[in-house]
Amino acid sequence: MNRLTATEDKLPASVFGLPTNFLKMKETDDNDKFLHEENKKREATAPDGSIIEIDPMQDYFCDARPQVSEPYKIKIVEKFLNWARSESIWVLGFGTGCGSIEIPPLVTPRFDMFRYGVQMRPTPRQSNAFIISGYLSVKTLKRVIRSYEQMQSPKYVIALGSCTINGGMYWDSYNTINRLDQYMPVDVYIAGCMPRPEALLAGFGKLKELIKTGRAEKANEYVENFDWYKANQKKIIKDWNMPDYNW
Amino acid sequence: MKNFIKDLGYKFNISEIEYQRKNLTFLTIDKENVVQLLAYLRDYEGFKHFVLMTAVDWIEDGIFQLTYILNSPEKKIDLGIRTKILREKAEMTTVHHLWNQVATYQRELKEMFGIDFPGSPRVDESFILEGWDNIPPMRRDFDTKKYAEETFFPRPGRSTNDPSEYMKQKLYPNE
Repeated sequence: MNRLTATEDKLPASVFGLPTNFLKMKETDDNDKFLHEENKKREATAPDGSIIEIDPMQDYFCDARPQVSEPYKIKIVEKFLNWARSESIWVLGFGTGCGSIEIPPLVTPRFDMFRYGVQMRPTPRQSNAFIISGYLSVKTLKRVIRSYEQMQSPKYVIALGSCTINGGMYWDSYNTINRLDQYMPVDVYIAGCMPRPEALLAGFGKLKELIKTGRAEKANEYVENFDWYKANQKKIIKDWNMPDYNW
Repeated sequence: MKNFIKDLGYKFNISEIEYQRKNLTFLTIDKENVVQLLAYLRDYEGFKHFVLMTAVDWIEDGIFQLTYILNSPEKKIDLGIRTKILREKAEMTTVHHLWNQVATYQRELKEMFGIDFPGSPRVDESFILEGWDNIPPMRRDFDTKKYAEETFFPRPGRSTNDPSEYMKQKLYPNE
């Protein structure tokens, strides 16, 4: 009996179904109701013993708006930079739909995308191209936006498959978006359901051509029409619980 | 198989039996006896493997039909347990205590059909539809086309043709 009372004292409040900081939690307004537990406003004890208030959405994330990346002033340098960019397209390893099955063959010797300077990277911080491979559910779109905004400019988006163009065979689904360009800027579309790996290689060729001629400026378009894109995104992502722009 | 079902009929009040295949049979039973039957099948008859759980919306009859499919590795047969619950009071006893993975199926059914399973772990958390504020999408009175047209941005210009009519006009335009 004694042992039981002793352990009960040590147990955190979450064992009894309450969040651990239940007593410290404040009343939240409507915008905060979807926030995860770790992102809610709370009070914490600093190392010197004083109690400080933490608002993670303000304190942990940058709230600066994205900026347009201007081309280099000297034209020939910009041209050289564009050539260099076109020769190293690093793709984020993020498969959204059935099209993600078409990407692994590109890594095999038969198609070998490395010869074009295209390779897969594990994190958005290291990559500059995003392949939206097929249908996109609203839940995935939320993750896609977060990953896309973390990528460094200049960045490019390749939309693979007809689902990204007009919804494809999922055009009347309650859960998949119809047109990707309403939520993200798209540089190259690859039509088909599903496109073969050769079509993807052709898409990379087209993207390279665009970059070399300085026309792959969709990341800047996203920045210029930031409010329009955000409004569209928030229209369908109803539990918006992340910062508006995250780096 | 038939002998086994016959023996089962002595112990439980089975209202309908449908022999689908040599190794698959569907039984219909009251919702009050489902948990008892499932526990009996798992503990005494060797139906250790819970295959799936699903629901059908019979909107004309005002009922949801729940189906639990069990598999016996020893007998090498599948058994589907069907039960009917009212559509207005869509609530069912949870069976997550028999198989842990049932909790996931029940969570999905809560989201897609709005069938409540009180006491099932995390049943109220959203599963794939985050922040859904409409009626559950798998209910048949939910119009998915209308919802998609209102919510997403349909690309104009999409038209459909009835294949037989289209070919008739193309091949025999004068008729």
